[in-house]
Amino acid sequence: MRHVFSTFFGNTKSDPKDFASPECYDVLRRKIVLLMALVTLLPLLSLAGINYYEHQVAMTSEIQNPLRVLVGKAKHSFELFLAERTSAVSFIASAYSFEELSDDANLQRIFHVMRREFTGFVDLGLIDANGNQISYAGPYDLVGRNYAEQAWFQRVQFKGTYISDVFLGFRKYPHVIVAVRHTAENGESWVLRATLDTMHFDRIIAAMGLGADGDAFLVSRDGVLQTDSRRYGKVLDKLGFELPSTGFETNVDSTLDSDGQSIFIASALIADTDFALVDVKLKPTAFSTWYTVRIDLLFIFLTGVILIFLAVSRVTSVLIARLQESDRQRLGAIHQMEHSQKLSSIGRLAAGVAHEINNPLAIINEKTGLMRDILNLQPDFPAKDKFSKQIDAVLHSVDRCRSITHRMLSFAKRMDVKIEKLDLNAVLLETLGFLEREAQYRNITLKKELAENLPLMATDHGQIQQVFLNILNNALAAIAKEGTIVLRSWIENDKFIGVSVEDNGCGMSEETRNHIFEPFYTTKKEEGTGLGMSITYGIVKRLGGDLKIHSKLNAGTTVTILLPRTSLEG
Amino acid sequence: METSDWNILLVDDEVEFISTLAERLELRGLPARVAYDGEAALKAVADNEPEIMVLDIMMPGIKGLEVLQRIKEEHPKIQVILLTGQGKTRDGIDGMRFGAFAYLMKPLDLEELIRTLHEARQGRQEDRK
Repeated sequence: MRHVFSTFFGNTKSDPKDFASPECYDVLRRKIVLLMALVTLLPLLSLAGINYYEHQVAMTSEIQNPLRVLVGKAKHSFELFLAERTSAVSFIASAYSFEELSDDANLQRIFHVMRREFTGFVDLGLIDANGNQISYAGPYDLVGRNYAEQAWFQRVQFKGTYISDVFLGFRKYPHVIVAVRHTAENGESWVLRATLDTMHFDRIIAAMGLGADGDAFLVSRDGVLQTDSRRYGKVLDKLGFELPSTGFETNVDSTLDSDGQSIFIASALIADTDFALVDVKLKPTAFSTWYTVRIDLLFIFLTGVILIFLAVSRVTSVLIARLQESDRQRLGAIHQMEHSQKLSSIGRLAAGVAHEINNPLAIINEKTGLMRDILNLQPDFPAKDKFSKQIDAVLHSVDRCRSITHRMLSFAKRMDVKIEKLDLNAVLLETLGFLEREAQYRNITLKKELAENLPLMATDHGQIQQVFLNILNNALAAIAKEGTIVLRSWIENDKFIGVSVEDNGCGMSEETRNHIFEPFYTTKKEEGTGLGMSITYGIVKRLGGDLKIHSKLNAGTTVTILLPRTSLEG
Repeated sequence: METSDWNILLVDDEVEFISTLAERLELRGLPARVAYDGEAALKAVADNEPEIMVLDIMMPGIKGLEVLQRIKEEHPKIQVILLTGQGKTRDGIDGMRFGAFAYLMKPLDLEELIRTLHEARQGRQEDRK
């Protein structure tokens, strides 16, 4: 797990410097966002996918089942209609003799009763074994016509009962014939043929309740429309596409029609006929509800994705910002520690050097002092004054060395934190002593406007001196060549003593002023650590004081410090 | 000028320094014995208890502060002036706590040393009263 984590996030090194580059945080941010997005989006995506699939299956089933039931019912209506008519014709053929049926008046009477009992009959005719129309009851004059060569006559002779496809025939309008062959006891046979109006087919289809965009029709095995279709043509037109395999059981399938539209097609063969009932439903219409649901689903999914991304990005940004801040603080602390250690080492070194120098210096001092003592005891001699001057020069040099070593020791002592009663002016002057020579070399005038009656302050000598040293160093650095630094001290009020350092150097830009107290912010490039002012500010604040900077670019800077007469801590 | 009734012991491992200092003090009527390490100092004290002892802190062998402690335990009346070349605040504070009279830094200002010797003697006389 740890391996996977480190592979994904890269090596989490302990050195905080490794985290310092912004690119590193960007990469980490991108990786976290990606991982969190994957973890949250994958389940959402799977859920949406499964939901989509299940919905589609359910919707398809919901569309297909009613279609199957509807076609089944209508098929039975057709079969019942045709079976009733066929039975009626068959009954008449059996009930009456050839002679009785040959009589036009009889046939007219029978036809009249038939029409009263059964709707849809157009005419009724008797045809002998040779195919001649013997008698006829109906609106046309068909007596004497011969049907021997027609296919339907051949088939009725062969099968006994026959229901034709819709055809125009002599009548020139679409009709279906129902023909029944009857053989008498004496072996004589004839055919009783009735014509049915296909309008009744239209009524059964209309009774299916298809709605405005539904389409149902009868179609023959060879693809000829037996009734009008709303979408695919008039009766006897050729259907423009192949029907899926059709049987007597209702079958629902999906296919493309002649216009290339995706359709559900339900079909079933009508018993004892050569045609099938077909119901067509356009998929876009059928799925309109599903499409609405799908858009809703998509909307919810996309909203979810966007929200997840926003949340993940936001949370990650906050996390990374905190990480960055924490790393920055850690880095700052490490640098400050390194800096303190460096100062401490320098302090120890200074103390060691001072000690090593002080001992031989003490010998020089004493030996030279003894020489002076001896010289003073001697009576005057020509070179006595000259000797005396040499001794004075040596003693003066010893004094100079003593002040240097004492200053070094004073610096070392700053490592020991100690609250003591201090004269702030003395500390200021002592600190100035470190920098006087540099100021002199660079023609910088140091003016002192120090309050004379400054009360003693209880604070840490080392830390206060570091504050003054940092500010004075910055003032010196701000002046390129020839300038003035003014040191002031005053009693601000009962609680605070004020100190200011004013220079007429290069001043600061607004950006520098805004960042000056941030650790590692420096304008000195390689020469500065960027810690001076942040440490200074930290010390002043810790001692319970305040530090303010007024600066104008190319005009100068004034740093004002207010220090409490009694410090909060050392 | 003081008479020779002073009994001063100077202790430092820097022979040149301490012998020269003794010579200069003697020229000013302040005769002083010298010891060059802690052990010699303790022996010198045992032989002849000085009024005032000028004692360097940093010495090889027995350190100055240890010598101070031992002397203050056995001879509390001896006034001890500590000398240091290092100026560690801590040493100075410890020295004063162990009963040193004063704490001076090298290189010495002879006038300051003589002034301190007088103050130490005066302090000793006041203690005696």
